Amino acid sequence: MNNLEDLPNLVESILFGAGRPIRLSEIKSLMGSQNIDVDLPSIKVALNSLEERYAESSIEIKEVASGFRMQIKKNYGDCLYPLWNDTSSRLSKALMETISIIAYKQPVTRGDIEDIRGVTVSTQIIRSLLDREWIKVTGYRDIPGRPALYETTKTFLNDLNLKSTSDLPPLPEAISADDSLDKLEAG
Amino acid sequence: MKSQAQLAFPQLKGKDLTQLPDNLFIPPEALEIYLEDFSGPMDVLLYLIQKKDIDILDLDVSEITDQYVQYIELMDTLKIELAADYLVMAATLAHIKSRMLIPQSEEEEEEHDPRSELIKRLQEYQRYKTVSESISNLPRLDRDFFLASTSLPKFKDRVPIEISSNELASIFYEVSTRPKFSAHHEIHFEELSTQERISLILSILNKRNVIQFFQTYQKNEGNQGVVVALLASLDLAKDGYVELIQNKDSNQLYLKLKNRGVH
Repeated sequence: MNNLEDLPNLVESILFGAGRPIRLSEIKSLMGSQNIDVDLPSIKVALNSLEERYAESSIEIKEVASGFRMQIKKNYGDCLYPLWNDTSSRLSKALMETISIIAYKQPVTRGDIEDIRGVTVSTQIIRSLLDREWIKVTGYRDIPGRPALYETTKTFLNDLNLKSTSDLPPLPEAISADDSLDKLEAG
Repeated sequence: MKSQAQLAFPQLKGKDLTQLPDNLFIPPEALEIYLEDFSGPMDVLLYLIQKKDIDILDLDVSEITDQYVQYIELMDTLKIELAADYLVMAATLAHIKSRMLIPQSEEEEEEHDPRSELIKRLQEYQRYKTVSESISNLPRLDRDFFLASTSLPKFKDRVPIEISSNELASIFYEVSTRPKFSAHHEIHFEELSTQERISLILSILNKRNVIQFFQTYQKNEGNQGVVVALLASLDLAKDGYVELIQNKDSNQLYLKLKNRGVH
């Protein structure tokens, strides 16, 4: 055991046991602590061989913002849904609008969000996003009241199966103010 | 795949049902859910515009204002708690409407369409609303996909309880004997009543016409006696039975019987 031929199994055991995204470097250091010396490319090769092995199964390896993780393929999720079905998986429109504004305009204050949404952002929404660890406070804007600045976290991306904010759906183009005014005048 | 994503408009014969049919009875509670689904005043406005299938730029402020006000009135009757922002929007609409009605000089008109600010905000809001819907439809952990893991679930850290059998015994003894310590709750009746004092003062005044305030209570009655006597005196003065007199250079207060109706 524990020779390099066994590497895919070792990587598999780490991914399976971690239950969270894990970086290649973290896998390397975990193995290092057991005096198994491997380089990153070898771990990547082991990951690829695992992916091949899983191709016919219900699980897959997915790279998200915080590293690689093992998950159930999407089309096998249906049966699992009732097992995890709790109200926390339902998110209100107001919450989704709030997280979207934070994601595309970060860092933003509550005031910035309210300017766009035209309605007060409830403390409950911010609380709920912080509890999910989808957003974090990264500083305070240097204006009176020193409002907190919010940014999205890696957990937010992880939970949506994304690697970076650039993987988010594109924000519809802004119609420039001039165009709007031209149209208004023409109309 | 069951989609737990955003509530879309209900469909009827493949078409979005954006307006409730007139001939359909809808229980008020159901309507409430329908209306509560709006995420704010901008959402209501966009809905009203989309319902008409017109471009935001062709916004008819007058018409939309009336509809908007109808909506928030409806929400109000259904006791949906309205954020103040809904009223701010109503005011903004009314303001724009009024400016559109007032004839403007040509220069002004060219400079500024009163609707432009609102239209800009609506367009900006619409961008984020649209993208928020796409994000809602992205596969989401624990809703659309799940982790494969043998990791232990997270438990809260437990502080081990350290207690000896003697301590436990003494706590049990203390708890089981505790009822003995409980105090009786006595209700104290008001010993001195204002009503009684009023009749007492009146009966004295009927004989003597004038008395000093300190004569309306007894020393052994303490503070309570003074308070009751004062309340009684004030009550009598208010109802016009007595006159309260105090000389400038003395701190003595006198109560004098008033002959009601004789003035």
